[in-house]
Amino acid sequence: MAEAPAKIETQRITLTVNGQEHAEEVEPRMLLVHFLRDQLGLTGTHVGCDTSQCGACVVDVNGKTTKSCTMFAVQADGAEITTIEGLASEGAYHPVQEGFWEMHGLQCGYCTPGMIMSSVALLKRNPHPSEQEIRHELEGNICRCTGYQNIVRAVQYAADKMGESGAASAD
Amino acid sequence: MTTTSELPETAPETRYIGKPIKRREDPRLMTGQGSFLDDIRLPGMSYAEVVRSPYAHANIKMIDTGAAKSMPGVLGVFTGDDFMDINPLPCAWQAGKVTNNVNTPRVLAVDKVCQVGDPVAVVVAETPYQARDAAAAVDVDYEELPAVTDAKATTADGAPQLHENAPNNIVLTWECGTDADSVDAALKAADVHVTEEIRNQRLIPTAIETRGSIGRYDPGTDEYTLWETSQCPHVHRLLLAAFVMNIPEHKLRVIAPDIGGGFGQKIFLYWDMPLVLALAKKVGRPVKYVEDRSSNYLTATHGRDHVTDVEIGATNDGHITALKVKTWANLGAYLSTIAPGIPTTLYGRMVAGCYKIPNIHVDVVATYSNTAMVDAYRGAGRPEAAYLVERVCDLVAHATGVDPAEVRRRNFIQPEDFPYDTGVGMLPYDSGNYEQAFDRALEQVGYKELRAEQQRRRRNSDPKLLGIGLSSYVEVCGVAPSKWIGLPGEGWGAGLWESANVRVHLTGKIVATTGSLPHGQGHETSFSQLVAEELGVPIEDVEIQHGDTAGTPFGFGTYGSRSLAVGGIAMYKSLQKVKEKARRIAAHMLEASPEDIVWENGKAHVKGSPEQAKTLGEIALQASVAYDLPDGMEPYLDETTYYDPPNCTFPFGTHVCVVEIDRETGEIALRRYVAVDDVGNVVNPLIVDGQLHGGIAQGLSQALYEGAVYAENGELLTGTMNDYAMPRASMVPTYELDRTVTPSPTNPMGVKGAGEAGTIAATPAVANAVLDALRPFGIENLDMPLTPPKVWAAMHHAAGAAQAAD
Repeated sequence: MAEAPAKIETQRITLTVNGQEHAEEVEPRMLLVHFLRDQLGLTGTHVGCDTSQCGACVVDVNGKTTKSCTMFAVQADGAEITTIEGLASEGAYHPVQEGFWEMHGLQCGYCTPGMIMSSVALLKRNPHPSEQEIRHELEGNICRCTGYQNIVRAVQYAADKMGESGAASAD
Repeated sequence: MTTTSELPETAPETRYIGKPIKRREDPRLMTGQGSFLDDIRLPGMSYAEVVRSPYAHANIKMIDTGAAKSMPGVLGVFTGDDFMDINPLPCAWQAGKVTNNVNTPRVLAVDKVCQVGDPVAVVVAETPYQARDAAAAVDVDYEELPAVTDAKATTADGAPQLHENAPNNIVLTWECGTDADSVDAALKAADVHVTEEIRNQRLIPTAIETRGSIGRYDPGTDEYTLWETSQCPHVHRLLLAAFVMNIPEHKLRVIAPDIGGGFGQKIFLYWDMPLVLALAKKVGRPVKYVEDRSSNYLTATHGRDHVTDVEIGATNDGHITALKVKTWANLGAYLSTIAPGIPTTLYGRMVAGCYKIPNIHVDVVATYSNTAMVDAYRGAGRPEAAYLVERVCDLVAHATGVDPAEVRRRNFIQPEDFPYDTGVGMLPYDSGNYEQAFDRALEQVGYKELRAEQQRRRRNSDPKLLGIGLSSYVEVCGVAPSKWIGLPGEGWGAGLWESANVRVHLTGKIVATTGSLPHGQGHETSFSQLVAEELGVPIEDVEIQHGDTAGTPFGFGTYGSRSLAVGGIAMYKSLQKVKEKARRIAAHMLEASPEDIVWENGKAHVKGSPEQAKTLGEIALQASVAYDLPDGMEPYLDETTYYDPPNCTFPFGTHVCVVEIDRETGEIALRRYVAVDDVGNVVNPLIVDGQLHGGIAQGLSQALYEGAVYAENGELLTGTMNDYAMPRASMVPTYELDRTVTPSPTNPMGVKGAGEAGTIAATPAVANAVLDALRPFGIENLDMPLTPPKVWAAMHHAAGAAQAAD
């Protein structure tokens, strides 16, 4: 029979999420995704598989695409995090969000936050991806509804749009 | 292309119907503002975690909850004995005219477990982590029993027995079609006689959101509220109240929030639903239970899992003359809510596909085994039927030397044959032009050229084997006329209509409710299109409500591609009633007779005097303030319809898949995927195409990747997403879609349904393509999933056998 564990000590972490600073007490074992969802109330980041396969929990941690179900909150001490809630700015959708809307890149919407976060990161790494590159780079995100075709189109839409505005600002 | 039906009443051009309107659901979902079940946090919420059996088959000797009860944050620990006042879940659809040996799950297993993952105890705690800790501290002593997992093996004498009332683990035996003797005679008389064992492997639906439920009990009013991941909250309320918990139906409110995909798995009643309600009452706090992925894979429903022995008779020129089918359908450890209806009504009665086959006999043996329950999964019976008959077509082609395309063409039901009775007890197919869709698909893919290329490559022993797979399907949607599905012969014993209420508020804004329950299909958009079109108002003025049993009329929910063909028609009819009442009010306001009122651009005016028009808003205001209405008229524009369809609908089409297989590695590349579907009239082509894309991905994934695998001892080896092969973006091709439009004569909108077509069509298209590529090796059949190692081994085995014969 398992012994009842002693009361688990908490640890204080300070981090910035979507531009807002938080100082919170957390159990060392608390997963980042549960911290974001349950402690900060940012429920846009989802849990789909618990084993780092589906990517529904993807957030940006210090500029890195991160599956937040596979990282402890204490590991994010001092980090800058962006979640799906922090993507649109000043009421304007991110071009990737716009692309998902325009191209019908979502159906049930459960994988969508992670899919969008991964797509944003993809376009940062590679602003002009081929279709094959998009499909390959989104392998860490699973969607059961769309069959992926319109997700690919959504990313292409965003790439075109960001390319245009990039070109405009370069002028 | 056939013309559209009578929509709309006056405008020659539609404003919303048929247009690719961007979805109204998307802004909340793409910004993280959706509200899925696990996003809900009620004041005082507590969390449940269950203790699950590690054995597939065992007697429970003892459960010790003492240590768990003293763990931090624990509010209670309970076992099955604490819930003996809650009935086992009902099996609502039993197969007609035969004995069903029914065993269904209890909220927690008592005395015995029959599958790995069977819940045996539950902990409620302040936090999910504390609940998990305490669940791990519950001590259970089991006596392990031998297990059986295979559909056929489970019926063998001496196989482990799961339930006392089901000898040889048989749930039911059922048959349909022509009598077996006549079919045997037809088989004997046939030029060509082929036999094969066809397996349709077990799949796990895998919506990315798992299942879950939240229960709340209000002692002040004696009312329960259940939030659940459900495709049919009204049905769940009925079943829970009347059959499981024995509480008055009006004391239970069920709410389905945003649902993260269902694919059938969320149709059914599960043990955690009554459990969280009972727990909420016991601990005096709201209780949330959310499955983790492994729990979902272990005990939420799976799909398919058929083994079929088929005998085929055909003429030398490829006409199929007889089909004798015996299918073992594995239904798992217990019966899920509608499990027996799937391999009988929805499978057995669809095995004719789109072909005129004069002699068909189907035997179905549904069985128990120490595996997860099997019930409807996207397509539900029809994919199994389509896979069977489309493999049959290719087997006939192989045996006769007639081209697979020609075999299909020679056997097609023709446009003039509708309504068509296939002779196996299905309702008559409503309408179709199978050859038209078929021709278009062959033309688009370049069938002739591909066959020539294949010949060339075979002659040159090309390192890549080219395969062309055809799949012509017909499916049954829009379930179902109550007079059919409710009859004892089909065994449902209840109706399957749908409801819709339309209210035009005083300000002219419209709230419409539906008993359908979207979980990715975009009802809020397509139903809004319908309302805006019919009433001539901007779509922004329309709100579609669903998913809450409080405030919406009873509805049966979303499955079987029925939302538009049944729920949409209920909405359409309510809109006609609103328009008719508005016409009478407009006539009163304009001092004219109702017959002289015409609708144009959302306004009512007297024929010939469009300058004096009344908007719907003005009419709604008149209807609401109500001091100047026609004599005897009730105030308000508020109309409800309960629509019971006269027939099902039967979408169809042809899919063609082109593959290349590497001779050296067995690797399969998907070169082309062409789909020509006919789903009747289309309200939103963006949404319909999206449904087809997703369906095709699921169907082709069955052919190539997916499969639930059990060890002999009943352990699920594909118990996480690390092990179960979900398709990813790089594993699927670009789908080339086209459409023909044959409106359904069943309903006034001429719609059929599009939710499952892709899944049904794709599996045989891809499997036939792989087997077509392997034809030079003399390989007749391979079991799915057709993985590279399996294909490689088959090629080498065949090559070795050929060498040995030399």
